[in-house]
Amino acid sequence: MTDSNLTDRNAPWRVELRDAITAKERTAIPRVEMPMQEPGERVHNNREVNLGLTPLQAVTEATRCLDCPEPGCIQGCPVSINIPSFIKNIQRGDIAGAAHVLAMSSSLPAVCGRVCPQERQCESKCIYLKMRKPAVAIGYLERYAADTAREQKLLPAPVNMAQRGTKIAVAGSGPAGLSFAGEMARLGYDVTVFEALHEIGGVLKYGIPEFRLPNRVVDAELDRLREAGVKFEKGTVIGKTLAYDDLLNAGFRGVFVASGAGLPRFMGIPGENLNGVLSSNEYLTRVNLMGAGQPGSMTPVDRGSRVVVVGGGNTAMDSVRTARRMGAEEAIIVYRRGRDEMPARVEEIEHAEQEGVKLLTLHNPVEFIGDDSGHVCAVRLQRMELGEPDASGRRSPRPVEGDIVEMPVDEVIVSVGVSPNPLIPSAIDGLDVTNRGTISVDLGLRSSISTIYAGGDIVRGGATVILAMGDGKRAAASMHAALKEN
Amino acid sequence: MFRIVEKSRFSEKVVRLVVEAPRVARSRRPGHFVIVRTGAGGERIPLTIADADTEIGTVTLVVQEVGASTRNICALEPGDCFDDLVGPLGRATDISLKGTVVCCGGGVGTAPLLPIIQAMKEAGNRVISVLAARTRELIILEDDVRRFSDEVIIMTDDGSYGTKGLVTQGLENVLLREHIDEVVAIGPAVMMKFVSLLTKKYDVPTICSLNTIMVDGTGMCGACRVTVDGRMRFVCVDGPEFDAHKVDFDEMIMRMKAYNNYGHD
Repeated sequence: MTDSNLTDRNAPWRVELRDAITAKERTAIPRVEMPMQEPGERVHNNREVNLGLTPLQAVTEATRCLDCPEPGCIQGCPVSINIPSFIKNIQRGDIAGAAHVLAMSSSLPAVCGRVCPQERQCESKCIYLKMRKPAVAIGYLERYAADTAREQKLLPAPVNMAQRGTKIAVAGSGPAGLSFAGEMARLGYDVTVFEALHEIGGVLKYGIPEFRLPNRVVDAELDRLREAGVKFEKGTVIGKTLAYDDLLNAGFRGVFVASGAGLPRFMGIPGENLNGVLSSNEYLTRVNLMGAGQPGSMTPVDRGSRVVVVGGGNTAMDSVRTARRMGAEEAIIVYRRGRDEMPARVEEIEHAEQEGVKLLTLHNPVEFIGDDSGHVCAVRLQRMELGEPDASGRRSPRPVEGDIVEMPVDEVIVSVGVSPNPLIPSAIDGLDVTNRGTISVDLGLRSSISTIYAGGDIVRGGATVILAMGDGKRAAASMHAALKEN
Repeated sequence: MFRIVEKSRFSEKVVRLVVEAPRVARSRRPGHFVIVRTGAGGERIPLTIADADTEIGTVTLVVQEVGASTRNICALEPGDCFDDLVGPLGRATDISLKGTVVCCGGGVGTAPLLPIIQAMKEAGNRVISVLAARTRELIILEDDVRRFSDEVIIMTDDGSYGTKGLVTQGLENVLLREHIDEVVAIGPAVMMKFVSLLTKKYDVPTICSLNTIMVDGTGMCGACRVTVDGRMRFVCVDGPEFDAHKVDFDEMIMRMKAYNNYGHD
């Protein structure tokens, strides 16, 4: 099977699929619902919530896709996956073909099918929305194709193309670094990924919980990269263990810095350093990376019975849902704006609510109060109301003067964002950094040092897995072009 | 894997491990620390670097048993390996010619102090070292300290060795006696707090090295946050050394008790 036959909209098989059923019949099919673990059951385990589509569900959902001549979904995808082509391959039952189409554009499809905010990307451009019907479930189908191909070993082992022999270093093994490494390996470079932590995967391992992205899914994607010739070295901090000059002396011709998010932001309010008040980074790292709370793990973690998570993003949802699974009787999101303004994916908010999480919107912490031992025991919350839209287009919250309530609490997780990781920007002389601490890059993601490129959160400050992957892909193309010239 | 090539015991709960880690040995500077992990499910534990041999590629770590994880580390024998040893982390000490420097080490704090004493001496400073501990057997690395110090003062709480008294008494005698340009203090948080109060009184610039709780140690989790000069700072990337006069030691001491119920000190 040639690539072009898989992606040619005018291939006979595909024309046949389009002609087999009328548009009216197609659009009458209801959007698939993702099978999932029951809420009452899943708060007692860490297993994945979404169970994945059945083959029949997948083919039916794939049938909904109109196979538009000018598909908007592809424009909505940061890595430009040929979405109608992979979907139509699912519809005709060629899952290997579908997985092959995904692999042409993405090195982590099983990850993206789970954690991408499709409703704001590909699915937001789906023609169905113009017909006031729900978009084709592109994310579910992506996951289906990637999972089925992995489980049934439908894709041939990747070919190790490292014969070009030019050595390339990557700092950080999160989505940006992995995507870059996959692209460069495919182009024939000899790629080594250096990771500071003791596990490969970055935020996919330490941040996103098992119930949303199982480690085995990440590990399978890592194995494919290894088979493609990518080397991994953990416990190595670029700028510390190995200086930039060490990399040059070791023969590396290019470096991609994808060191990700760093220090957690706090609110700067009294009592924030009390025990029992911690960042979502710390909480999730203890539970996800270090296995705190699981048998055999030496790492401790607080298990509050009344836990407040401050923030409305995906990380806040991951934290609050983790707290439920760690045994919190009450797990409460405190967010200063309204529910509609929450940056978290709608699916995550809904899943959290199904699991008994309470949303306390239009409230903002102004002080944490501690007991005699220095442990948090209460939080004072300022009631808020929504005013005019701010620069982000969301209605900005403002305090309702004098309306402050106090709530007892025994654990607080602060999830109000992160700053870029400061290690590499401070360790490499001559590397230009913005006043926000991110690395300055040009459109090709090249930094002020011509051999160093950067992408992901170290450039964006805080974004999504797929945007980081898009950066990795773009930086690879740009570095490859520059290296070819020399 | 990071193989232990040598082990010795300073006291019942304090061991010295020489570990193969060539890259760390080469890149570490005084003031840096490492994070180690041992065994499946092992915790990430920050440890200070007492010494390094760049030729054979080893670092020397001094470990005090304070909980389950450090007990496991202290039980390692030559030939055993750390699963992970990452570093060097933190910012290196600002070493320059200051004049006369007093280096105060409390208990195992003498271990990270040793490379600073050596570097301060090599930078041309006159170095007075004050080593303090509860009792004689907890005074460690005395011979090494003597090699790089112009004067060594030993203080023990029980008077079993050196002069009976606290580190602050030994230090105050020096401050009364002569002009001191800088004090470096490393030891338990409460010791650094009282050294800081004393040197503030004498208006002598003082550096301390903080040993807070950490998870990743690479600027991600924020567990190590402390208040310095009214600002939130992170020991793993902004420290571990800070201007002692500006550190909120009481808050730090409170925060170090966060996981006391889990078998940690």
